[in-house]
Amino acid sequence: MQPVATTFFFYFLSGLTLASGVLVITRKNPVHSALALIFGLLAQAGLYLMLYAPFVAGVQIILYAGGIMVLFLFVIMLVNLERSQKEEQFNKQWLVGIVAAAALGVLFVLVYMKGADLFPVRMTLPTESNNTQEIGVMLYGQYMFAFEIASLLLLVAIIGAVVMAKKRI
Amino acid sequence: MLDYVTSYLSSNTTPGQAGNVLWVLIYILVVFGAVSVAVMAMNWLERKALAHFQIRLGPMRVGPHGLLQPIADAIKLLTKEDIVPAEADKFVFWIAPLIILCASFTVYIVVPFGPTHAITDLNIGILFMLGVSSLSVLGVVMAGWASNSHYPLIGALRSSAQMVSYEVAMGMTVVSAVLMTSLNKTGTGTLSMIGIVQAQQSQQIWFLFKFFPLGLIAFAIFAIAMVAETNRAPFDLPEAESELTAGFHTEYSGLRWSLFMLGEYAAMIAVSSIAVTLWLGGWLRPFPNTLTGGAWDLVFSLVPGLLFIALAVIAFVGVVRMPKHPYFRIQTIGLAGFGAVLGLIGLILFAPPVRDRIQDIFWFTAKVAGFMYLYIWYRATFPRYRFDQLMKVGWKVLLPIAIGVLILTAVLGVLL
Amino acid sequence: MGDQITKDPSTYLSHLELGEPDKTFLDSNELIINMGPQHPATHGVLRVILKLDGEKVLGTECVIGYLHRGVEKIAENRTYTMFNPYVDRMDYVAAVSNGLGYCEAVEKLLNIEAPPRAQYIRVILTELNRLASHQLWLGTHALDIGAMTPLFYTFRDREEILKIFEKYCGARLTTHSFRIGGCQYETYEGFERDVEKFLDFAPPKIDEYEELLTTNRIWLERTKGVGTISAADCKALGVTGPVLRASGVKWDLRKAQPYAAYSKFDFEIPTGQHGDTYDRYLVRMQEMRQSLRIIRQAVESIPEGPIMAKVPKVMKPPVGEIYHSIEAPKGELGYFIVSDGSTQPYRVRVRPPSFVNLQALDIMVRGQLVADVIAVIGTLDIVLGEVDR
Repeated sequence: MQPVATTFFFYFLSGLTLASGVLVITRKNPVHSALALIFGLLAQAGLYLMLYAPFVAGVQIILYAGGIMVLFLFVIMLVNLERSQKEEQFNKQWLVGIVAAAALGVLFVLVYMKGADLFPVRMTLPTESNNTQEIGVMLYGQYMFAFEIASLLLLVAIIGAVVMAKKRI
Repeated sequence: MLDYVTSYLSSNTTPGQAGNVLWVLIYILVVFGAVSVAVMAMNWLERKALAHFQIRLGPMRVGPHGLLQPIADAIKLLTKEDIVPAEADKFVFWIAPLIILCASFTVYIVVPFGPTHAITDLNIGILFMLGVSSLSVLGVVMAGWASNSHYPLIGALRSSAQMVSYEVAMGMTVVSAVLMTSLNKTGTGTLSMIGIVQAQQSQQIWFLFKFFPLGLIAFAIFAIAMVAETNRAPFDLPEAESELTAGFHTEYSGLRWSLFMLGEYAAMIAVSSIAVTLWLGGWLRPFPNTLTGGAWDLVFSLVPGLLFIALAVIAFVGVVRMPKHPYFRIQTIGLAGFGAVLGLIGLILFAPPVRDRIQDIFWFTAKVAGFMYLYIWYRATFPRYRFDQLMKVGWKVLLPIAIGVLILTAVLGVLL
Repeated sequence: MGDQITKDPSTYLSHLELGEPDKTFLDSNELIINMGPQHPATHGVLRVILKLDGEKVLGTECVIGYLHRGVEKIAENRTYTMFNPYVDRMDYVAAVSNGLGYCEAVEKLLNIEAPPRAQYIRVILTELNRLASHQLWLGTHALDIGAMTPLFYTFRDREEILKIFEKYCGARLTTHSFRIGGCQYETYEGFERDVEKFLDFAPPKIDEYEELLTTNRIWLERTKGVGTISAADCKALGVTGPVLRASGVKWDLRKAQPYAAYSKFDFEIPTGQHGDTYDRYLVRMQEMRQSLRIIRQAVESIPEGPIMAKVPKVMKPPVGEIYHSIEAPKGELGYFIVSDGSTQPYRVRVRPPSFVNLQALDIMVRGQLVADVIAVIGTLDIVLGEVDR
């Protein structure tokens, strides 16, 4: 299947991601920030599709946009909000923030330009139709231990939340 | 021109896979139009069927037997005053129904009406459908938030908690169905919707009956979870009128409310088509393998035409029973015209070239229509679950059974 | 009185000893919610103020009086016969029972007895009315819990009873069917046939209601264990009727203090064991069947004779007082009439069953969830016309 208008979609999706990232931190209303984050995550799913990883894109939509963001919105809506809306949007240390961000940006650019041999070389790009199978084989084969530990962590978190909220219906 | 059309109709891939942008757009228009018409028909059917369950007649005045009632409702809702609550967040208030609508309609690009009759066939089809339909939870939460009122917020949070809980059980049963697709020679399954139906075709069994009763239990769990997912009775506590919390769409009026209803019915049809594809053999006609042969094929291919002729006969019976009063003349003529159109469609469906091509689409739509009727039946019959009982059923009953079915399916799949 | 209604609802509850919410280190969500007079599920204009901890009910207070019409005061300015139509309007669902209670109370005061034929007619109409009242209760109770369909079935079947009433006395709901001393109207031509046709028509319908609800898993979950009240609490509060019987106390005024012609009929008193909503549902379903049994026995053996006793044209009962109670569909309906020798009573005090039963709401819903409050109000079977008079 021939990819269609790759350049246009790449710039469109990454622009959407960047714009949503900017909106997340600049909105006063936390619900608007969460909404912007949702759009950013969906754009990221599109970017995964462009990297021939449809399974990761699907899981990104289900879990991130459809699950985690719902939890974010729950918390935002249950917390008393008037206080946060009256706060200052940017605090007084914006100069230090800009310097730190610039330093981080320079670090990223240096790594990209000089450190290309730091990353392991990929033998072959897995084909798009095998993406699900490849992920399954790797997740339950090579990275089985990490997978189980991650699920155990999630279980501990769930039990902790249930215990803390136990007395209320 | 005609050659171009007919040559495309007999191609062997979906237009999305073939990369044909024009045909993709045409299919999209056709499918979305069909879904919109189906939603209106579903609205009419719900009111009439619910009324007949309750020994009354339902809409009878607007159009013969209320057939034009959905159009009247749509016009009324469009012309209503658009009320936005005083301190509501205008942007979120505007976007919440849009999110639900877009999420509910986007899933239709992978719904397989036939082996080549889908807009496209993503190789993560089922995952895509589950994921995009879970985006409607966001719309629900935002609708409750934007109303800036205590009760819709509680209703929205309950509603979304319920939807998220039943998505888990749905996901487990979907995985067990997908697992059954891998029980073929090569040992690889597929997530694509068309691939799942083709797996049922090649394994010569609907997954409903596979490893009996495991397929049946998985199907039953999915059928219950999908009713809870779409917030329909008996799981509609968050939006019931006689409870304290009035539901997340309380503050919405007019067109915005109708968008919610549109999204809800579209989501119902979408999850029903998931159930049909995964367990009921999608577009395959009943008994594709036990009743084979040209004669049986002919018999089954006559069913669509016969169905429409039967509907036309019912319409004409209704015409005969209309009161003979001058006020009813227009309705009688209208119903007779409707019956004539139905009869004409039935006759067209008898013609051999149409007959063979329409089979897949017809059987798929008939199965989904059966599910729609079940939805209405549940609403008429069952009382409502209380919210904590609802969550208990979702987490403590459905989820363990779904996981058990998954494990047993995997074990049996390896052994057999 | 006027400004108390607009005050902050939490003041209503401050005098009650309600539990405190469980204070964990997360803030508890203590709410005071007003289920206002206008509500689809309160069966009339009842205002219930709930104190909640999250979703659990800590305590309630009912604010009544929205339907108060001063019926008892009106009675002091009407003669005994003139007051007869007013009693129907109190419990408007079971109007025939109200009329029966009042007529019998005044008859006791006047020391006259209605002739046997009148008593049989009274029993038939009262039991039909009990059936109609229970059918309405079932429909609305099921609707509150979410089952929409039984409402239409029960109302359709109730139509048959209302047709009989209409043919008999001209009215369907507020019937004014009895007079002091007997009945005014003779049974119309075909009355027995109609009643017997109804007796054949009704049992399959009751079976239909049971089929929809009694073994339905969702119905069981919504009603079992919900709104439990013990027999001791019932007796302490004075709760009567199906609520008392469902808690295990076999007390029915038709058997304990027989009136009209009930001593001549053979019927059972259904009781429950747990005193929860499901038991009240079963008790009322059984009562419907027992009513059919009584009607059948009555219709088969209506004696001939006059329908009106000899009552004076101008009724001046001797000085004295009387309390007479009957078993209305909702409980013990009592009339306390004080006569001072004139044509108008000195005081008529009605003991409505719904008013006394409503006190039990607080005990029944403590510790339950908010969604159960509506189920419990439904299961108490209150009619606000009776509560407020």
